[in-house]
Amino acid sequence: MASLLDHSAGGQTVGYSFSQSAAAPVKQHGFYPYTDNGGSTLGITGSDFAILAGDTRSTSGYNINSRMVPKVFKIGGDEETGEGAHIILSVVGFAADGNALKERLDSVVKMYKYQHGKSMSVSACAQRLSTILYGKRFFPYYVTAILAGLDEEGKGALYSYDPVGSYEREQCRAAGAAASLIMPFLDNQVNFKNQYIPGSGEGHALQAKKAEPLPRDHVQELVRDAFTSAVERHIEVGDHLQMLIATRDGIEEVFHPLKKD
Amino acid sequence: MNHFPEAWGRPRDDVYGAYDHSYLQTTGPKAHTSSPAVTGTSVLGVKFNGGVVLATDNLASYGSLARFTDVKRLRVFGSNAIVGFGGDVSDMQYIDRLLESIDIRENYSHHGNMLNAKNLHTYLSKVFYKRRSEFNPLWNHILVAGYDGEGEPFLSSADLLGTTFSAPHLATGFGAHLAVPILRRLFPEEMPLEEVSKEAAIEALKQCLKVLYYRDARSMDKYSIAVITKEGIDIKENEVIEGTELGFC
Amino acid sequence: MFRNNYDNDAVTFSPQGRIFQVEYAQEAVKQGSVVVGLVNKTHVVLVGLKRNAEELSSYQKKIIEIDSHMAIAIAGLASDARVLSNFMKQQSLGSKMTYGRPIPPGPYPQTNTQHYGKRPYGVGLLVAGVDESGPHLFEFQPSGLTHEMAACAIGARSQMARTYLERNLDKFPDSSRDELITHGLRALKETLSQDKELTVDNTSVGVVGLAPEGSKGRIESFKLYEGQETVPLLEALERADGAAEESMEVDS
Repeated sequence: MASLLDHSAGGQTVGYSFSQSAAAPVKQHGFYPYTDNGGSTLGITGSDFAILAGDTRSTSGYNINSRMVPKVFKIGGDEETGEGAHIILSVVGFAADGNALKERLDSVVKMYKYQHGKSMSVSACAQRLSTILYGKRFFPYYVTAILAGLDEEGKGALYSYDPVGSYEREQCRAAGAAASLIMPFLDNQVNFKNQYIPGSGEGHALQAKKAEPLPRDHVQELVRDAFTSAVERHIEVGDHLQMLIATRDGIEEVFHPLKKD
Repeated sequence: MNHFPEAWGRPRDDVYGAYDHSYLQTTGPKAHTSSPAVTGTSVLGVKFNGGVVLATDNLASYGSLARFTDVKRLRVFGSNAIVGFGGDVSDMQYIDRLLESIDIRENYSHHGNMLNAKNLHTYLSKVFYKRRSEFNPLWNHILVAGYDGEGEPFLSSADLLGTTFSAPHLATGFGAHLAVPILRRLFPEEMPLEEVSKEAAIEALKQCLKVLYYRDARSMDKYSIAVITKEGIDIKENEVIEGTELGFC
Repeated sequence: MFRNNYDNDAVTFSPQGRIFQVEYAQEAVKQGSVVVGLVNKTHVVLVGLKRNAEELSSYQKKIIEIDSHMAIAIAGLASDARVLSNFMKQQSLGSKMTYGRPIPPGPYPQTNTQHYGKRPYGVGLLVAGVDESGPHLFEFQPSGLTHEMAACAIGARSQMARTYLERNLDKFPDSSRDELITHGLRALKETLSQDKELTVDNTSVGVVGLAPEGSKGRIESFKLYEGQETVPLLEALERADGAAEESMEVDS
């Protein structure tokens, strides 16, 4: 039966159902519990806001599953409307793990509010997300997560993770399929890497341009540029751009069309 | 002649070799499904103005053998949801029993069965995700059709890994390659749902079934089609693809 | 001295067919401060009178949110209520997790009185919630008895509130959200002893209901009014009472 059902190549015997299976090596078609659903996410912070963005394409292989599967979520708000949330999370990689992770964090934040009578701070949530991810160290959530919100001082806060929970607070981070395309762009445009003050010196004496928080409309433009460029060069990115913006007044959601090819 | 009476009537060791007791082993690692056995092929679904239509053929294959030719792969849940199953047929029947027991439990509760198609899809995707996390997957790819909490038409997919996605038209398996492009051309995603009539949706699925019958070797010309509207579920389980050029087969 | 032989546990009947522990538990409910619940066609309102054990202590919470569509008001042992509200919170999170559905409010059976060594919960609950069929109010007693109610009051001196509710029952269904709150507060006020009055410190009000047509989402999430937030509600009560007195004078 194994030879009958196993479609993978290898072994010289012809796959007749009556061929002696003893002659063919026992082939095992194992179950692989992960898949990659493509897409990309990106987060940038400013002095009083944090933006998380992601495309809404879901893929498996060369197929587009759907053009509208969001990767950025409000955490700790109402299920239907997202009302009352102040933390945002983006997950990219294996979408089923991403959803499970989102729901776990969401219920943790809700239980925190129920038990303590106040909202969880972004830094506490960030630490908790790390322990959740590390808790599955040997069967990880196959996702790259980014968590964002406002810190205790009202400044934009953004934490980026690897699949097993190591994390760091940053100004900006790109993740997912097109991370390698977007991240260098952010290094240059947000952290002003390789930008120098003109006429400030010769050769190595040239002074580097100092990074400082960018205004919100400028950051939104950067995000849109990053994604329109990524769509041009990566097949797994496209359809729509979803942006969640955490500000003092709550969380705003914006959609923009991307190319659907 | 073997003089031990307990050996009488058994296959002779000198002819057939000693009996391989490893088949009777009860210890050792627990075996889980690592590949499906009897399988159904594509499931197709389209949303239209006021409802959803779902279709599958009636074939269950055993590898390349067309093993069972009268297997109904559309299952009705309660009075307002349908599930279309692709993949392993025994896992489908297990899930069907699961749904049956939920329906009974809900109907015995004080509020009656209030689970809509969206709730059902959430539940089933969690079952799939849980089983994949235990390395004991339910080898299916399903479509769930019906209405969401707002009373809007609902169509969504879930697979053996727990991956979920939703779109105005969906197809599993071979259909994802052959039917989805046809459906995307007929009903572009920017086209409002109000402009898709029930008749157009049904006609489109019939076309897709025919294309799949021509090109998917694990398909057949007998199919089931279920239309869910606010009036209820209209399910036909013994339809035949008409106007095919393979009548001589 | 008289000794009752049948109140040592909650699993033994007396020859008269009574379970004394359950009846004692019901007494505990009557010791608790009063809470009132009432329903109209779209909303459920819970109002509660908070007590502080002494001048210097904080007030005991009377209304606990379970989920965005459900809350409870408690009378009796607050610590028992916490056990129950934690359980309900778990159940509702579980329902949202597995089905993506808010758990429908309603009676769920209790088994505590059937296990030796356990005791009934010494608390009465009013459960307010909304589901697809609209707003609901349930009363839960320590005995495990549950009833769906149009209006209800439990706790110390709650009879006065019940009398008010019974007299005005026909006005509730067609009253507005704000009028319903006023009715609730007035029922609560009826229970107060001479020297007491409703203040921002001792009043809490909770409202949950269906969202008005055309708004985002179908449910108006549970809202708890406490402290300064109750000021407009208490003022509305005063205004309504003032108007009522004037019209009474006109009548006579």
